[in-house]
Formats: sequence, C-alpha cells, structure tokens
Amino acid sequence: MTTPAAYRVSHLDALEAESVFVMREVVAEMERPVLLFSGGKDSIVMLRLAQKAFAPANIPFPVMHVDTGHNFPEVLEYRDQRVAELGLQLVVASVPEALASGLVRESGDGMRNRIQTPVLLDAVEKHRFDALFGGARRDEEKARAKERVFSFRDEFGQWDPKNQRPELWSLYNGRHHPGESIRVFPLSNWTELDVWHYIARERIPLPSIYYAHEREVIERDGMFYAVNEFFRPRAGEERFKAQVRYRTVGDASCTAAVRSDADTVEKVIEEVAATRITERGATRGDDRVSEAAMEDRKREGYF
Amino acid sequence: MTTEIVAPPAEARPMDLLRFATAGSVDDGKSTLIGRLLYDTKSLFTDQLAAVEAVSAARGDEYTNLALLTDGLRAEREQGITIDVAYRYFATPRRKFIIADTPGHIQYTRNMVTGASTADLALILVDARKGLVEQSRRHAFLCSLLRVPHLVLCVNKMDLVDWSQEVYERIADEFTAFAAKLDVPDLTVVPISALRGDNIVARSENMPWYEGPSLLHHLERVHIASDRNLVDVRFPVQYVIRPQSTTVTDYRGYAGQVASGVLKPGDEVMVLPSGFTSRIAAVETADGPVAEAFPPMSVTVRLADEIDISRGDLICRPNNAPAVAQDIEAMVCWMDETTPLRVGGRYAIKHTTRSARAIVRGLHYRLDINSLHRDESADELRLNEIGRVRLRTTVPLLADEYRRNRTTGGFVIIDETTNRTVGAAMIVEAA
Ligand SMILES: Nc1nc2c(ncn2[C@@H]2O[C@H](COP(=O)(O)OP(=O)(O)OP(=O)(O)O)[C@@H](O)[C@H]2O)c(=O)[nH]1
Ligand SMILES: [Mg+2]
Repeated sequence: MTTPAAYRVSHLDALEAESVFVMREVVAEMERPVLLFSGGKDSIVMLRLAQKAFAPANIPFPVMHVDTGHNFPEVLEYRDQRVAELGLQLVVASVPEALASGLVRESGDGMRNRIQTPVLLDAVEKHRFDALFGGARRDEEKARAKERVFSFRDEFGQWDPKNQRPELWSLYNGRHHPGESIRVFPLSNWTELDVWHYIARERIPLPSIYYAHEREVIERDGMFYAVNEFFRPRAGEERFKAQVRYRTVGDASCTAAVRSDADTVEKVIEEVAATRITERGATRGDDRVSEAAMEDRKREGYF
Repeated sequence: MTTEIVAPPAEARPMDLLRFATAGSVDDGKSTLIGRLLYDTKSLFTDQLAAVEAVSAARGDEYTNLALLTDGLRAEREQGITIDVAYRYFATPRRKFIIADTPGHIQYTRNMVTGASTADLALILVDARKGLVEQSRRHAFLCSLLRVPHLVLCVNKMDLVDWSQEVYERIADEFTAFAAKLDVPDLTVVPISALRGDNIVARSENMPWYEGPSLLHHLERVHIASDRNLVDVRFPVQYVIRPQSTTVTDYRGYAGQVASGVLKPGDEVMVLPSGFTSRIAAVETADGPVAEAFPPMSVTVRLADEIDISRGDLICRPNNAPAVAQDIEAMVCWMDETTPLRVGGRYAIKHTTRSARAIVRGLHYRLDINSLHRDESADELRLNEIGRVRLRTTVPLLADEYRRNRTTGGFVIIDETTNRTVGAAMIVEAA
C-alpha cells in the first residue's frame, strides 16, 4: 500500500494540470476558439500546454498574432517556425493594414498599444471567434490580478471589472450571446518564475532576445531601449552597447530590455528569483502612462 | 533565430501549494493583512511598493496603505473598499501560496464565494473593537458551507484595544461557540495587528500572553495532504480525444482531471450514466503513460473495450459509484441582484463537465445567518440569501454529497436569458 503522502504533485504539475483542464473546457464548450500568439514567453508556454492538452491529436484551433508592425525580427522568425512545425493555421491581425485601410489612426505618441485593440476586435468579428486564449497572468499587474479565468466581454469587447461573473470551483461559465466573447487565461495562476521553471523543465526553445546578448541601446526613464527602425533616440540620448535581455516581448517601440548576463535558462531563473522589479515595471513604457493604464486598456478590449 | 536549451533542466523544486482566501466584514483589515504578509515575506517588488507609497502619499494617508497592493481597481481605490477578488502569489522555502483577497462588503458576497470556493484555508478577520458582526458570521457560514477545510480566526487591530487578552478571548470564545454550530473541521485563532505586523510572520512582543504560532508559521505547516479524497474514484470525462491523423489511427482517449480517487491501468471501471463496465487499458499524459493518476492530475484514460462515452460521462469503480440522480437537494447561495430564486424557476446548470437544465421544485427554508434559524415560510431567495432547495434536472447528474466531494458535489446555476452565473449549489442529497 502506498501512503497518501506519496500522492503529491509539485506546484508546477498542479499548475500544468489546471491549465490543461481550462484549455479542454474551452475546446469542449466553445464554437470557435483561437489562441493569441505573440511569440512572447507566456504565449509560447500556452502553446506547449495546448499541445499537451490534446495529444496525440493536433492543436484543434488556430493561432492569431496581433501584429503592430513593430516587431523584433527574432520573434517573427520564431513565430513562423513554430507555426510551421506544429502545422497551425495562423491568422494575422495587422495594425499596418488597419492603418492603411483607415480602421485606426496612429496615436500622437506613436505607440501602437492602444490602436491594437480595434484591430484585434475587428479580427475577432471577422473570424467570429468566441473564445480567445490569452497568456496574461494575474501576477503581472494589479488589474489583471482581478480577472477571472473565463473573462466575459460584451459585443464591444469590453471588460466590466465591477460586474464580473462569479466563478466557483472549476466550473467555468462560457455562455454568451452572438457577438459577445470570452477571454480565457489558462496561465492565470502562474508567476513569472513558474513560467521560467516550466520553460527549463520542458526545454522549450525561446526567441533569442530572452537571453543576454549585446545590443545598442539608449537609457530612458531607467529602462534600456534598443535602437532600431521603430525606436529613435531623442536629442541628447546617448547610444551605447550593453549586455541586455528582454523580460517581456511586446511592441518593439515601447518594450525595453534589462541589463543582464543571463544567457542560459538556469541563469535567467536565478536572475528572476533575485529581481526586485516586476517584469512590466522593468520593461513596459506603455504601463507607465497612469496608475490605471492597464485597467483602462482592458476595459476597452485589450488583453 | 532560436536558442535551443542544451543544459539539463533546472527542475523546479517540488513544493506543495496552499490556496487560501480572506474573509470577514468590510474594513476589518483583510487587504491590509495580505499587504503586510507580502511585505514582511519580502514578496513585494520595489516598483509595486513605490507605486503604492506614491498613491498613499498623494492621498494624504499617514502611513503607506498596504491594502492598495490588492485593491488595484480604480473604483476600489476611490471607495477605499475591495470590490472583487484579487489573486496574489508568494512562496516561502516551505510552500507556495495562492491568495484570494476577497471583499467584505455584503453587496459583493458572490465575489467572496468565488475566492473561497477553491480555498484550502480561509482567514476570517474580525475587528477587535467591534467583535463578531453579521457579516463575520455570514462569511464563516459560507466557508463552512463551501467546506473550506481549515479556518483561521484572526482577531485583528489588537493595537487599538491595548493588546488586550481579555478582548481577544471574548471574541475567540464567541466565534468558537458559533463555529461549533457549523461544520468546521479545523479552527485556529490568532490575535494580530495587520497594520503593525504583529503575529503575522513573527511572534508579537506586544502580546506575550499569546503562546501560539504566528500566522505565517501556521500557513506554512497546516496539514493539507489528507484533505484530498483518494478513496472514491471519480473521473468526469471532459473531452474525447480522437486524432484525425494518418499516423495515429484508432486512438480514442477520454481526457479529464481526476476529481478524486486513484486510477491505475488494469482497474475495473464503470462508466456512468450507461453503467457499462470495462478495464483501464492505460492512463496517459502527453509525456507518456503513468502508473497512477490522482487529483489534481489532468490525464487521458483509455479503456479496454469500445464503449460509447462522451463529455459529461463519468468513470468510477463498479462498487463505489456516485448517485445517478435527477432529484437533487442542495444548499443554494443566490448571487443575482435582479431576480430572486423562486419555486417553478427554470435554469441552466453546470455540474462537473455536464450541462443540464433544472426546475426548482421546492424551497424548504431560508437561513437566518445570525441565528442559523430556518425560515420555512420563505418563498424566494434574494441576493446573498442561502436556503435549501429541491431541483429536478432534465438529465441525471452523476453526483455525490458535497461534504464528501467538492467536485462532484457542487454545481452552478445559470440564468438562461442573461447567461449570468446566479447561484452556487452544494448537494446535500441526490436520488
Ligand atoms: N489600527 C489598525 N488599523 C488597521 C489594522 N488593519 C487594518 N486597519 C485599517 O482598517 C482599514 C480597512 O482596512 P482594509 O485592509 O482595507 O480592510 P478590508 O477588510 O480589506 O476591507 P474590504 O476589503 O473592503 O472588506 C484601513 O484604514 C486599515 O489601515 C490594524 O491591525 N490596526
Ligand atoms: Mg479588502
């Protein structure tokens, strides 16, 4: 006889089991799910979980990339390679195309964070997606800390944080009227460190920019921005070379790198375990707009 | 360009996971306590703390309001209360914790229920100056109804009552007497000051008369392994995996998460509601077959015989099966402000992986939270009210009593017009 003490699962296995459960619920109950795939580490982990959830069958839904046009080339390359390997259908919701067609207009500050939202919503409507998997985690940000695993969106894609559906046990309510949709966050309960431990355990390859490399950067508001075609230094900002890596991957015009020598997954884990700044705090110009920047964007339909 | 990982994986150290929720009346200090716990365990990031300090300073608070760490919504900060659950995460070398900081305000009870439904442990806060109020009793009752296995009563704001042992003991006694009327398997009581950090991670010097452990000490050590039900095999089928592929042919696997019990290849099993029996041929995961599956593993079960099985069916053992029942007696917590639950009402329900429709056949009584008196003349349940209800379902549920099984014993009630989740139900009897 085995003692009950033997029937233990590590916290990483418990998180994996929960995420797999969530993904299967969506596929079983929703009509047209899609997975938001940015080429960032969270969406990469989500894709691995999707593989696991349906093996030995293929992933039974397409992936969508909301392409701001400000991409890191390494990330785009990774996206295409992954999609080809897994035989996935890729839907690209393109901000440059939406700019050309007049669906959206460039915002004054040149940041494309806010104008991504109408482009995303337009693609959702066009493809009639009713469930969108997002890689957001509750530990990332204080508005995300409040969100349900199944997060209801009205026909305008809006989130109403004061009026969320109760969500008991693991009984997720995905019911909705035509035009409405559900955002689903299988990684809700994962932390940044959990994600890295999982990447290590599963030996998941990542775009190289997640590991330390030398890059030409400038320093702004204490963050290190790579100089590239989307990011121009202002007068007086000095360019220099530094060892950096990215903790998050977003729009190349507002995602900053951190100084780092962590060029392997083990070193990244050590670094993340010791860091005293949140990943978004260290790397995202877009969150610094105001105290409630994320909540406001989410209300409008952002992830 | 991608970086292949060649080095051997840095295995995450296996740690167990404790999920806990806060509970108690508005302003009794729940969010402050969570802020303090995160702060004192050095789980906060400097930018999070700086942001909270800046907001506090701008509002003219005398001290940094640690409650702002979880009260992250604009409306919460404007009103100074928690509206919806915030989930926070921290770890000590002993355990990893998932915290659900829930609202105390009665209007948001459904959000408290959301946070407590998955908790292994609940911290019930009481303001030492006020003692138990109706909302403390309501939350304690809900925790017992939801069968949160471990309760901790935190008598908070001890700094405002001169660290008085007498005040503490009066509240502890009153709560213990109330809890005795409920079904509370494990109760611990700790005097604390969330604001000042007394008895949170370290024993307080202000209360030498208290001889128990600090709150964190208790959270790190409370024994949760035996809370799981490893006896009754319950495997609700979530999804049937049938690859349409030329390389994998004739594969049919039943995917799901083990609700309780242990499944092994070779085990004789029964499938409900059909009642057909078979043997487990294999228990698989994407990483290969496993020798055993137990909660909370997500696996794929393959059977020796071809049986027609679909989502919503349940795999169990022939000699230990749940009820296959359409007449359900349940305690219901009503969560809709627009329409009350009434006899004759029709709803959609979701129970494990099975969806059904149900009609309310009877309301036996509504509970008065303060006295636990049963009002048998009640003819409806309004927002936040709790009562015992009889339902008839369109298809049988494969159900256990909630006290025996939190997964096969609970279901949610959904309004078919608004699609909102309007009720939480815990099965008392299924026939
Ligand atoms: N003196 C003193 N004040 C406290 C203590 N704990 C909390 N407070 C204060 O009590 C007030 C309410 O605290 P919160 O933490 O927001 O209360 P809450 O229980 O989270 O309230 P809701 O979430 O809205 O139900 C704040 O002003 C806190 O600073 C304590 O131990 N001592
Ligand atoms: Mg609070």
